[in-house]
Amino acid sequence: MSQPLPDDLAWSMLARMLLIRRFEEAVLRLSNEKQFVGHYHLYIGQEGTGAAIMALLDARDRIATTHRNHGHVLARGVDPGAAMAEILGRATGLNGGRGGTIHLCDPALGFISTSGIVGGCISLGVGGGYACRQLGNGAVSAVFFGDGALEEGVSFEALNIASLWRLPVLFVCENNSAGSWAPGEGYPTLVHASSDLCSIARSVNIATERIDGADAAAVHAAASDAIARCRAGQGPVFIEAVTKRWPGNNPLWPEPVTGTTDLRMATGEMTPAGEHADWLERHDPVLRLGRMLAGQGADAAARVLKLDAEARARIDAAVTFALGSPLPAAETAFDHVFA
Amino acid sequence: MPVQSYAEALVDALYDSLAADPRVSLIGSYVLGLGPQRQLMDRVRRDFRDRVVDPPTAEAGAAATGIGAAMAGVRPFVDLGTGSFPYLAWSQIVNEAAVGHYMSGGKITVPVTFHLLHGVRGGGASQHSHSPQAMMCNAPGLEIAVPATAADVYGLVRSAFASANPTVIVSHAKLLGIESEVAVDRQPIPFGRAEVKRGGRDVTIVANSLMVHYSLAAAAELARDGIAAEVVDLRTVAPLDERAILDSVARTGRLVVVDECPLRCGIASEVAATVTEHGFELLKAPIQRVTRAQVPVPYSPPLEAAVTPDAAKIAAAVRYVLARR
Repeated sequence: MSQPLPDDLAWSMLARMLLIRRFEEAVLRLSNEKQFVGHYHLYIGQEGTGAAIMALLDARDRIATTHRNHGHVLARGVDPGAAMAEILGRATGLNGGRGGTIHLCDPALGFISTSGIVGGCISLGVGGGYACRQLGNGAVSAVFFGDGALEEGVSFEALNIASLWRLPVLFVCENNSAGSWAPGEGYPTLVHASSDLCSIARSVNIATERIDGADAAAVHAAASDAIARCRAGQGPVFIEAVTKRWPGNNPLWPEPVTGTTDLRMATGEMTPAGEHADWLERHDPVLRLGRMLAGQGADAAARVLKLDAEARARIDAAVTFALGSPLPAAETAFDHVFA
Repeated sequence: MPVQSYAEALVDALYDSLAADPRVSLIGSYVLGLGPQRQLMDRVRRDFRDRVVDPPTAEAGAAATGIGAAMAGVRPFVDLGTGSFPYLAWSQIVNEAAVGHYMSGGKITVPVTFHLLHGVRGGGASQHSHSPQAMMCNAPGLEIAVPATAADVYGLVRSAFASANPTVIVSHAKLLGIESEVAVDRQPIPFGRAEVKRGGRDVTIVANSLMVHYSLAAAAELARDGIAAEVVDLRTVAPLDERAILDSVARTGRLVVVDECPLRCGIASEVAATVTEHGFELLKAPIQRVTRAQVPVPYSPPLEAAVTPDAAKIAAAVRYVLARR
């Protein structure tokens, strides 16, 4: 466990993480109801990473994200209704139904691109850092990607350029493939010959840190130092935020194997049970932060449940908005090819 | 009018674009390759030291740096080098830059400019003689210029920097030393406007890039036999100036399309299809395409010449369509 988070910040991060969790549970439900077509990627189990890092970025900063973007855009403040409508391909969606689940993107909130090409986002994020430096406003470019992105060659080119030109880039490798976050453990050896993803960044002289991505406080502490380093012109930093994969993400298509998250597992009113009890007990970032805060006393426990009720209400409203929104008119398919 | 080489005009355009807008920068400064004109870039490197960088040998990384930077609010120019190197950055060009604006519902803009040296340059063999612009035309969202003259490369590069879209400037390696007239007061040239480089009533030759010069040479030779060929320079292939092509064919009734991309699914095919669809009744004879042969480019000079369009092949195609009734 790392340095304690300021209380206000911890509560606001929990609120964002609950919003993401309830959003993702709704996405899964809507997919199973065939309300949208195509594959999708849920952020369940990684909420601590996105919420902590977004809490550290300010309005001037730039962000590049991936196919697993829902949590990032919600953590940054995108309206859940617009995000859900985009996933459902509606005219009112964040991107007018052109992008869908894999490409939720709001440049007004600093997102430069949401690329579904796994290594692609890393290289675009380096471009974000190039722009930040040229603009000279002390901004950083934060780029979120999975462990799989480091399997693609462009990632190496991008890391090398960022280091060579000392660009203000925060590389956030969300390694959700690990069985454990102890060094050297749990790597997907079928695809990575390396047993230490940080070593790839270190090979081009980038400072690295490996942390428990389900520990929002630890992510916050590490990213705070890293972002300060970037802003000071000391070059990029690579953070590997390791999470034990949410079991519902193990099948080819997400499955609701842990059901709807019951926050009474955070307040102590309920004990995690069943096949996935260990994940719920030790690896669920929402329950971990919830437990930490609920542990402050009965009022705090009640506040956790109240925040959850608020998150559920917002997501219910978002789903209602999205389902009630019209599909785009076919003739608008020809809009936006060129600016 | 003053005369300038293509290379001098390209360098002027980069210099003036850097001077006009502090958001402009160059990622890659060897836009003229390694030939004798390369020192023309020295003054750009000298006067804009903080905005000219040369990347490592990392085409995808360099392209993506430019694309991401454009998405984040600055105005990069990325030199991709020889026309075959963009393939290393294909995902970045066709699947990030080209689609960014559309996929975001019009919220993101990607004002990046790429430059490459295409074409059969002499001894380039199969891997350094590519013309990837036809493939790029298959990526909706890119604006692609194929200038042939000093005036056009200057005006089109200035327009590229003013565009909110990803743009590609395709220069033929053999164009760099070719001189042509330029106006004293040079202006941007809008994309999507072809230009009639030589008027004529008997046959239309549609060409682009270096092939404009070969077509003009063919037209001069044909004129000695009393054949008046009109040479239409596309100047940009995305957008394609369909109107100018059809207007010329309406005047002449015959069409030869010249392009250095390989035959299949090339720019010549696109022009021919456009005229067939929208101007079939204007044609007095079948359309002829003069393109690079559908084979990889060989190294040895006679083999290279055998697969590459030239003025003689263009003139022969013109005589063929004129012989058809």
